[in-house]
Amino acid sequence: MADKRERDHISGTETTGHEWDGVKELDTPLPRWWLYIFYATIVISIVYWVLMPAWPLANGFTRGMLNWSDRANVAADVQFLRDARAPLFRRLADASVSDIAADPDLQQFARAAGASVFGDNCRTCHGAGGAGAPGFPVLADDVWIWGGTMADIEQTLRVGIRASHPETRMSAMPAFGRDGLLSAREIGDVTEYVVSISSARQRLEPNMAAAARGAVVYAAQCGICHGPSGAGDRTQGAPSLNDDIWLYGGSREEIRTQIELGRGGVMPSWEARLDAGTLRALAYYVHDLGGGEPDAPPPTPEASPTSPTAATSPTR
Amino acid sequence: MTKPVTLIDTRELDVDARAVNSMESRALYKKREQIYPKLVKGTFRNLKWVAMIGLLAIYYVTPWIRWDRGAGQPDQAVLIDFEGRRFYFFFIELWPQEVYYITGLLILASFGIFLSSALFGRVWCGYACPQTVWTDLYIHVERWVEGDRNERIRLDKAPQSLSKASKKVTKHALWIAIAAATGGAWVFYFADAPTLFREIFTGTASAATYLFIGLLTFTTYALAGTMREQVCTYMCPWPRIQAAMIDKDALSVTYRVDRGEPRGPHKKGETWEGRGDCIDCRQCVAACPQGIDIRDGDQLECINCALCIDACDEIMEKVGRPKGLIAYDSYANQNRRQQGKAVAYRLIRPRTILYGALMAIVGAAMIYALVTRQTLDLNVIRDRSPPYVRMADGSVRNDYELKLINMAPAPRRLSIQVAGLEDARLSAPQLNAEGLILVSAAADRVTTVRVHVLAPGRTTGGSHDLTFTIRDLDTGDVATSASAFLAGGAR
Repeated sequence: MADKRERDHISGTETTGHEWDGVKELDTPLPRWWLYIFYATIVISIVYWVLMPAWPLANGFTRGMLNWSDRANVAADVQFLRDARAPLFRRLADASVSDIAADPDLQQFARAAGASVFGDNCRTCHGAGGAGAPGFPVLADDVWIWGGTMADIEQTLRVGIRASHPETRMSAMPAFGRDGLLSAREIGDVTEYVVSISSARQRLEPNMAAAARGAVVYAAQCGICHGPSGAGDRTQGAPSLNDDIWLYGGSREEIRTQIELGRGGVMPSWEARLDAGTLRALAYYVHDLGGGEPDAPPPTPEASPTSPTAATSPTR
Repeated sequence: MTKPVTLIDTRELDVDARAVNSMESRALYKKREQIYPKLVKGTFRNLKWVAMIGLLAIYYVTPWIRWDRGAGQPDQAVLIDFEGRRFYFFFIELWPQEVYYITGLLILASFGIFLSSALFGRVWCGYACPQTVWTDLYIHVERWVEGDRNERIRLDKAPQSLSKASKKVTKHALWIAIAAATGGAWVFYFADAPTLFREIFTGTASAATYLFIGLLTFTTYALAGTMREQVCTYMCPWPRIQAAMIDKDALSVTYRVDRGEPRGPHKKGETWEGRGDCIDCRQCVAACPQGIDIRDGDQLECINCALCIDACDEIMEKVGRPKGLIAYDSYANQNRRQQGKAVAYRLIRPRTILYGALMAIVGAAMIYALVTRQTLDLNVIRDRSPPYVRMADGSVRNDYELKLINMAPAPRRLSIQVAGLEDARLSAPQLNAEGLILVSAAADRVTTVRVHVLAPGRTTGGSHDLTFTIRDLDTGDVATSASAFLAGGAR
């Protein structure tokens, strides 16, 4: 039969018998070792079935003689990393901001560990890099409701805000509108007053007559927490009203809505979920985002006229 | 005209040598036929000796050459340090981002092989390819243990015996030893050779080291010992590509049909009138490591090692005919001979000038890049979330991660400055009283610094161009990097 096939006269090789526009295809014989490699792969696959997990069964799979398990390997790798990092976490638990800053290795570890834990637990609400969202404070800026030293931040992380922890940070702004504590007109006047004492006054141009009426209402209803000048009070978690940073939005309508509803968010307590070293790393990461305050006790507003933020935002 | 006379009886030279790619016995699968290359003497054999010894010496010796780079730096002249992400070549040290030098080398290598192919055909295949060099070495070992062609054929045909077994075992043991040395030399390029040498023999080297030694031992033994011409014929893409590289003026090993035909046995004393110079002694086939017959013309299998030239020249000398029945020749000359024109060798032609010029340009560009290479570099990565931060006092902050790349072997004191945005100021823990950020960058390292840029609240919204500059306070070296400042939108 083979003799009936056409042979190419130059190479002496048979052609496949196909022809495309005068071009014929040579049926060049495969080297035999190539065939043997093919057989070898079949043998190897059978050896593989015996040694490694291979075939699905009705309830499970063939496990193979080597007891290979990717799941177990990953678990072992994770445990290895945990063990390798444990000493650094222990050191972190006892380190202050300056301790961490003075030790480049510890600082690098705190940043990396903090970033990773932040990504897993905090980012959903506070955004990547602490960018914040309406109702969820920006962590990258220098505005802090409950304090911006590392100790303050760690305390907030530990106990949470309006959380189930017994020592949780707790503050509640009354819903002046919804609960009928103030009339709509009074709320309007207070809104104008709040705008007039904030850095938003340039862009929102408050009605000064309404603001003057609102000042009376403010002194009676708001000043006790937010302070007579609106500087805020960190011990009560009352935000400053002097800057132009607004947790629930900075338009006139949004400010008014917040006075009507008195909203407050909830942050869980992390004490039970994260160990001391991890909490320290997380606090360091948040402190390091750009707005962290020095460890020293915060000076009173009157005592720090040279502070760059003093003009519009006395330290709260 | 005097009657030419042969000096020897050519029937004595008759050997049973047949080309492995001859037209006989074709099947669906092709069994490999053992090739027994015969030792020849001559110009090209000598050239191959020089190439083989020279190239093997470069391969085995290079990792052991020392080069002092100062304390704390590797003292190996050629080192590919994957762990430390550095490439050392004598006085050159390259970082991963400078991989374009490798690109340049690859371009040079490509044009080099194009040029050599345009000039002399497959010289790479014939003399310099590792497959050729190691196969040549393995054939010499085989010849040394088992004897030359005829003895090897006899040995393979002989029934099993103690002496046959001992010869075969000796040969394979030597092959494996060379293969292990080859694999062993390979790993020295990736770690300090003396240290690794000790580790290998004390069993303390990494598993990867032994794996790569094993892998290269296996491939060397298999490819140079048992596969040989199969690699060139079936595995290598180059024989397929070379058709595009070779033109009618490229030299390649050629049988001169016009001189050799009609071929046939020739008796001592017979006339050479009316016949070709080829006495059909098949010495060219016997000498061929690829097992082909060059008289069939240019073939895919031919690696242009020119051993058939030496084999034929030996015979031509013996029979008293001029050498060069098989010789380096071009297609153009073969045509010229057919048409009775004078032969001409055109080594300088547009194609070779172009390849040479391109090599010169790429080479010059690489030397220029190397001479003007900066050892200080800066990469700026702007934080993308948050895109900008509005501060309590109304100012706007952007955050940046600066990668200070110090490729010098000494630490540097660097100042960081920013320009391009009016009234913008830098802020970082390292800020000093003069508003400069001073950082120290460790030797031969990338130092990462996080800095903030603050712009007053009156800055117009949108994106502003920003340029970071780092300056070495001691040497004055400068590196800059452009970035952007987002001032946010209107509120």
